[in-house]
Amino acid sequence: MSAEPIKERMSGNEAVSEAIRQVNPDVMPAFPITPSTEIPQMVANFISNGKIDTEFIPVESEHSAMSAAIGAEAAGARTMTATSSAGLALMWEELLLAASNRLPIVLTLVNRTLSGPININCDHSDGMGARDTGWIQIYAENNQEAYDNYIQAYPIAEDPRVHLPVMICQDGFITSHAVENIDLLPDDAVKDFVGTYQPEEYLLNPGKPVSVGPYSISAYAMEAKKNQEDAMESAKDVILETAARFQALSGRKYGLFEQYRTKDAEIIFLLMGSAAGTAKQAVDELREKGKRVGVLKLRVFRPFPEKEIAEALRRAKGVAILDRCESYNGCSGPLGSEVTAGLYRNKVQIEAVNYIYGLAGRDFTVQHVKDIYEEMRAVCAGEKAAVQHQYIGLRENKN
Amino acid sequence: MGDYVLKTMLQKPERLSSGHRMCAGCGATIAVRAVLRGLHEGDRAVIGNATGCLEVSSFMYPYTAWEDSYIHNAFENAGATLSGVETAYRALKKRGRLPENEQFKFITFGGDGGTYDIGFQSLSGAMERGHDLVYVCYDNGAYMNTGIQRSSATPMFADTTTTPVGSQSNGKMQNRKDLASIIAEHDVPYVAQTTFTRDFQDIHRKSERAIYTEGASFLNIMTPCPRGWRYEMSDIMEVCRLAVETCYWPLFEYAEGKWTLNYEPKQKLPIEEFLRMQGRFKHLFKKGNEDLIVQFQQEVDRRWEDLQYKCAR
Repeated sequence: MSAEPIKERMSGNEAVSEAIRQVNPDVMPAFPITPSTEIPQMVANFISNGKIDTEFIPVESEHSAMSAAIGAEAAGARTMTATSSAGLALMWEELLLAASNRLPIVLTLVNRTLSGPININCDHSDGMGARDTGWIQIYAENNQEAYDNYIQAYPIAEDPRVHLPVMICQDGFITSHAVENIDLLPDDAVKDFVGTYQPEEYLLNPGKPVSVGPYSISAYAMEAKKNQEDAMESAKDVILETAARFQALSGRKYGLFEQYRTKDAEIIFLLMGSAAGTAKQAVDELREKGKRVGVLKLRVFRPFPEKEIAEALRRAKGVAILDRCESYNGCSGPLGSEVTAGLYRNKVQIEAVNYIYGLAGRDFTVQHVKDIYEEMRAVCAGEKAAVQHQYIGLRENKN
Repeated sequence: MGDYVLKTMLQKPERLSSGHRMCAGCGATIAVRAVLRGLHEGDRAVIGNATGCLEVSSFMYPYTAWEDSYIHNAFENAGATLSGVETAYRALKKRGRLPENEQFKFITFGGDGGTYDIGFQSLSGAMERGHDLVYVCYDNGAYMNTGIQRSSATPMFADTTTTPVGSQSNGKMQNRKDLASIIAEHDVPYVAQTTFTRDFQDIHRKSERAIYTEGASFLNIMTPCPRGWRYEMSDIMEVCRLAVETCYWPLFEYAEGKWTLNYEPKQKLPIEEFLRMQGRFKHLFKKGNEDLIVQFQQEVDRRWEDLQYKCAR
C-alpha cells in the first residue's frame, strides 16, 4: 500500500540529508568537500538539535572517514558517509577494503570532477575512478531519485546475498544544489522499509569475538575475490526486489535502468545522471518532428547490467553512448568501453558511437543532443562513418 | 599496584595465543602480551592493528592468534579505524543494542612506520577527537616488515636499507622524532613511554592506566627487533636495560598535564654500551668515527635534560 506523499521543495543535498534524518544511521564519519559539504553540515545540525542521535565523527580526512566507517560497520553499526571528487579519490584504498571486508556501508557521492585542473563542478570522473573498487553504484537523475536511492541502499547493501557497500550518486550542483519539487515518504514508512541493522558477525558481539581483515596467502585469496564478485552478481536481483518493494511503498518504479520512449526508437541516447533530463527534453522535441528516438538512462552502473542493456538496444539502429568522464585510454570513455563490449558479447551489431560531454561542469544542452541525433541518423543511414570519442561543446581552439 | 607480582601476572590467560609467526627474540609480541595483561579479567576488548609484522604474522587466514575481537584495516589508519569501532560502541550502547553489563575496551597496535609516519595524521586525528581508546606504538625504529628501511623513529647513524652505511654515508642523517611529546601536546589525558624492565612492572602499570583512563591514551613502547638491530636473540632484555640505563629510552609518563620521570639511573651509562650490542651501529666503532659517538651522546644528553626539565616543572 502506497504511503501518502509529503510534497516538498528541496535540493539534492537536502533530499539526501532528509533521508539520512529518517534512517537515523548509527555512525557517520565525514569530512567536508564541495559540493557534498552540506550533507554532513545538515546531519550535524539534526544532531545538534536532537532530531537524530547518529554518532557523527568529524574526522580529519576522507581517508579517515572511510577508515572509521569500516571500523564502525565491522563493529556492528549501520554506518554512512558522504563525499565528492578528491575525497573519494583519497578514500580509494579504503573503498576496496570496505567491499572486500563485505561491509554494507552507504556512501552518498555528489559527483564532481577530479583534479586537475582543480574545478568544483560536475562530471563522473570520481565515481568512474572507483568503478572497480567493488562498490555497488547507483546514479540519480534528480533530487527525487537521490532521495529514493538512498533509502533503497540499506536493504540492498545489508542483504545476506550481497553484503557489499553501496554508493548513491547525484550530480554535483546540477542536482545537489538545484531546488526542485520532491515527494517525501513519512518517517515511519522509511524506518519500516529500512528496518533495523542486524549483522550476523561483528566485533562487538559479546562472547563471540571475530577477527576482521586477515593476511591471506595465494592459496585462499582468490576464492575471497570470487565470492565478492558472486555477491556483486547477486546484487542485481536484490536491487530489483528492493525496487519492487519500494514501488509498493512509494508508487515510483525503479529498475537497473530507465527506458524513455525507446519502444520503437531507432536511435537511443545512453547516459547517466542529470543529463538524462536534458536528453529526454530533446527526445520529446525530436519525437514531435516524427523522429524515432529514446533515452536509456543507466541507474545501476555496478553491477553492470550488460545483458539487459544489450537486449534493450537490440532493436535500435544506433546508440549514442554519452560519457561524462574521460578514461584517458586513447579511445573511449568508461560507458563507451563497457556498453560496446556488452553489445558485442551479446551479438547486438548496431552503430554505437561514444561521445564525451559535460566534463568539469561544461554545459550540455538540448541542442547538443539534437546535433548528436543528426550525426547518428547519418551514420545509421550509411551517409557517413562514425567518428568515435568525440567531445561535445568543446571550444574550437581548445584553449 | 602495590601487590604487583610478575609470576602472578603471568598466570593470567594469554589474550595473544602462541603459534603466531613472529620471529624469535622479537619485542613486538612481548609488548602486546604485556599490554593485554593490563586488561582486567572479564573485560572485553577490540584490538586494532596497523599493517606490519604483527598483523601479517598473527592473523593469516584462516588462523588468528587473537582471543579478542580484532580488526586490521590498512597501514596508515589504525587510529581512524579504532575511532570508528569505539564510536560504534557508544552508538550501540546508547541505542540499547549491547547488554548493559558488557564493557569493551579499545586498544590498537601499530609499528613506528604505521604510527610515526604513514599513520601519523590518522593517529593525530584520533587523539585530538578524544576517542576512548589506547594507541600503542611498538617502536622498533624502522620499517621492519618491508626489510629494515629507515623511519622517523630510526635513531641517527643507524644502518638501514634506505640509509645504508657506505663510503659516502654514516647511516641515517637525522635524529628520531619525539612522538610521545608530540602526542602529549595533543592534550590527551595520558601518554607514557616504556619498554621491558626485569619485572615488567613499568609496562604493566602504564598499560593498565592507559586502558582504564577515560579518553585517548598513547603508549610508546621500545620493542627491539633482532633482524633490524642485529643483536643476539637472547639478548633482548639486556638491550632494553641498556636503552634505559644510558637514558636513550627514558621511562616517563604524562598525565593530566604533568610530566613524570619514572626511573632515573643511579649512574647514567655511556651510550656506547647500548650501541655496541647492535650491528646497525657497528660502523660507529670503526677508527676515525669517534666523533659520531660523541654526537650521538650529545643528542641523548640533550633530550634527557629536556625531559628532566619537563618533569621538574
